[in-house]
Amino acid sequence: MSLVVFTGLCGLLAAPVTLPPVLGFTAILCIALGAGAAGALNQWYEADLDAKMRRTANRPLPAKRMDRQTALHFGVGLGAFSVILMDLATNHLAAILLAVSILFYVMIYTVWLKRRTAQNIVIGGAAGAFPPLIGWVAATGRVELLPALLFAIIFLWTPPHFWALSLFVRSDYANANVPMLPVVAGIQNTRLQIFLYSLTVAVAAVVPWALGLTGAIYGIAAAALSVVFVALAIAVFVNRADTPAGMKPEKRLFGFSILYLFALFAILVVDRWMMT
Amino acid sequence: MSPHPEDEVLRRQRERARLMAWLLGAFVILLFLITVAKIGLNK
Repeated sequence: MSLVVFTGLCGLLAAPVTLPPVLGFTAILCIALGAGAAGALNQWYEADLDAKMRRTANRPLPAKRMDRQTALHFGVGLGAFSVILMDLATNHLAAILLAVSILFYVMIYTVWLKRRTAQNIVIGGAAGAFPPLIGWVAATGRVELLPALLFAIIFLWTPPHFWALSLFVRSDYANANVPMLPVVAGIQNTRLQIFLYSLTVAVAAVVPWALGLTGAIYGIAAAALSVVFVALAIAVFVNRADTPAGMKPEKRLFGFSILYLFALFAILVVDRWMMT
Repeated sequence: MSPHPEDEVLRRQRERARLMAWLLGAFVILLFLITVAKIGLNK
């Protein structure tokens, strides 16, 4: 959630148009509410899965602190409210993108892909890539190349980030019969995929600078952060441990991947402000 | 557990009602500020 709000805020702040503070605040509030709605609907649909996994067993539905119908009503109501408020405060396109991101997360990722294919997180990751695009469009009313590249960075970042986590909680996914890549394709194959995706993230991260859309501050920082990201992915790739206790490289990569995205987007905003 | 369960229920209802009142008040203020900002943008 914090990454969703932060990347949405960075998309808004990096845009060449400055919104009045109350409209900017409302746009970010709507992104947060939309993410909350998507999360509520995800938990409504997956209550049976969540109950089987240690990481999620204490969520309100499996822990019986809330009934399913209330969760469904809350999720639908909150989602509709966030889209309508976004439309009132900013523009139609931002509201449509917010609605698409909620529906994508719930219908495409949660309902369609998650229990069917090991590519669930690859395609489903698009849902989490929307916030900077929505933030930008809320300010400008247009989809442009830079926010599309920000979308691509998060889209390509999601698989190595999530697969690093799924390696050390693999037994949880296996017990719940969720076809995450380590369960279906094996640990070593997942490590190879993490490494390959880390290369694509590294390339995508420096493209905005290579195309002249950002300054040198972003370019240098993106390159340096990406070198660390790839180095940690290599450490994962060469690791041969198959128990969570031996998966320190995976845990390091997972932790750094969060810092990576925070830092990349924060530096992007600083760089864009210094360019103007 | 409270010695009078109905008191506990009432207390929770009152808490929930107070929270809803705050949220509705905040929403009204937010809508007012959005309207003012939008008018400012269109000038």
